[in-house]
Amino acid sequence: MVDIRNISKSFGRNQVLKDLSLNITQEGVTAILGPNGSGKTTLLKCILGLTIPDRGNITVHGRDIRKDVKYREDLDYLPQIADFPANLKVRELIKMIGELRHRTTRENELIRFFELQPFLDKKLGTLSGGTRQKVNLVLAFMFNSPLVILDEPSSGLDPVSLLRLKQWIHEEKEQGKVILLTSHIMSLVEEIAENIVFLLDGKIYFSGTIARLRSETEEQNLEHAIAALLSGKCLVR
Amino acid sequence: MLKIIKYSFFDLLRSKWSYVYFLFYLLLGSVLLFLNNDLSGAVITLMNVNIILVPLIATVFGVMYYYNSGEFTILLLAQPVRRRTVFTGQYLGIAGSLALSLVLGLGIPFAAYGLFRSAAIWDFAVLLLTGVALTFIFTLLAFNIALSNENRIKGFGYAILLWLLLAIAYDGIFLLLLAHFQEYPLERFALTATVLNPVDLARILILLKLDISALMGYTGAVFKQFFGTGAGSLLSGLVLLLWIFVPLWWLQKSARKKDF
Repeated sequence: MVDIRNISKSFGRNQVLKDLSLNITQEGVTAILGPNGSGKTTLLKCILGLTIPDRGNITVHGRDIRKDVKYREDLDYLPQIADFPANLKVRELIKMIGELRHRTTRENELIRFFELQPFLDKKLGTLSGGTRQKVNLVLAFMFNSPLVILDEPSSGLDPVSLLRLKQWIHEEKEQGKVILLTSHIMSLVEEIAENIVFLLDGKIYFSGTIARLRSETEEQNLEHAIAALLSGKCLVR
Repeated sequence: MLKIIKYSFFDLLRSKWSYVYFLFYLLLGSVLLFLNNDLSGAVITLMNVNIILVPLIATVFGVMYYYNSGEFTILLLAQPVRRRTVFTGQYLGIAGSLALSLVLGLGIPFAAYGLFRSAAIWDFAVLLLTGVALTFIFTLLAFNIALSNENRIKGFGYAILLWLLLAIAYDGIFLLLLAHFQEYPLERFALTATVLNPVDLARILILLKLDISALMGYTGAVFKQFFGTGAGSLLSGLVLLLWIFVPLWWLQKSARKKDF
């Protein structure tokens, strides 16, 4: 599905990704973890074509992402910060993003699921952070693409909405989708992810299932397992 | 592209600053016409407003819009849409909405004054046309500056500096150079220097149309002598268009390489 080969990326003198290779074909949720500044968001942005790697190749669904933007027809993305044109109404924004692709969308189902009906005719500038994140979720999931990239999906959500989000991701997994996400909340990762990619200083220190991470670090708790990786107890690829 | 133009256009059109801008022109046009009762005088006053204020507003709006919509732009860029479509669409949307405020704000009082039955209609049309051209040019320059400066303060500073240079300081520097080198033949230099500044071009276009040699200054006189009124207008119009196409090409080029 996503094949990353030997990509490197520097911003000025700061080398963020170092000769990184990764192949994601597993269905279900793969969580990309790592401390702040380890290159998680840069890696996701490279897959999305937002950041251009200095070296290396990325293919999505077998298509070289530099050649054509069409590969994004089958790719959904939830940005980390939900910030929209302040003077547009929620309904107009959803319609606008929906019109950018030539396919049927399922926004009504999502609007009902995240209970956004009362906000449809409000301007985006007047919404609270949590409500904006729900709009963000609608925009990300409405195309029903086989590959979904979520950057901190839980930010700003109240407990009820967070439960709904988990439920929604669960249903997406059952449809056999490939979901890539980053999060700092380990309990969320533990609950919804099957696979972990652990990044540190632009390199992959671990890539595999959560069960393997636990057995290799000899820690049952994910947070402790990650801490064990960080403290350099092991370096597994 | 049309969808992106449409939504940027409506987003800006609904902001209160668009109304302020529109009302300002409405008020200015009405005061000049109905209190002054002198149509060609009003056109000249408006020309001066046009070549100072319109670029300033376009610069400020262009930079502000770019920085404010940064996160949303990233969302658009993650859709199956080409980068140049996103940026060209946003640019045309906001420049279009600013131009509409200008055209309606000035057009309504002039139409109410009975402009369509007067001979000054073409003077007025040239005035609006150059105003629209300056709006498109300076919004685009501001977009270019914002795109290549991540730091908002720097971007804002550079954009204002560019406006200051082209709309205010350029004439002074130009005049100093002319005075300093007055023993030399300066026609070519004067022509080139004028073509290099869209504000000067707009001014000459209006003055050529109004045919007021007293206000034309050295460059205007050279321009007229060199090309005659018809050819001069055509040339300055074409160069104004170049001032849109070259920066637009540059915008698309730098957008292609940028990391978001």
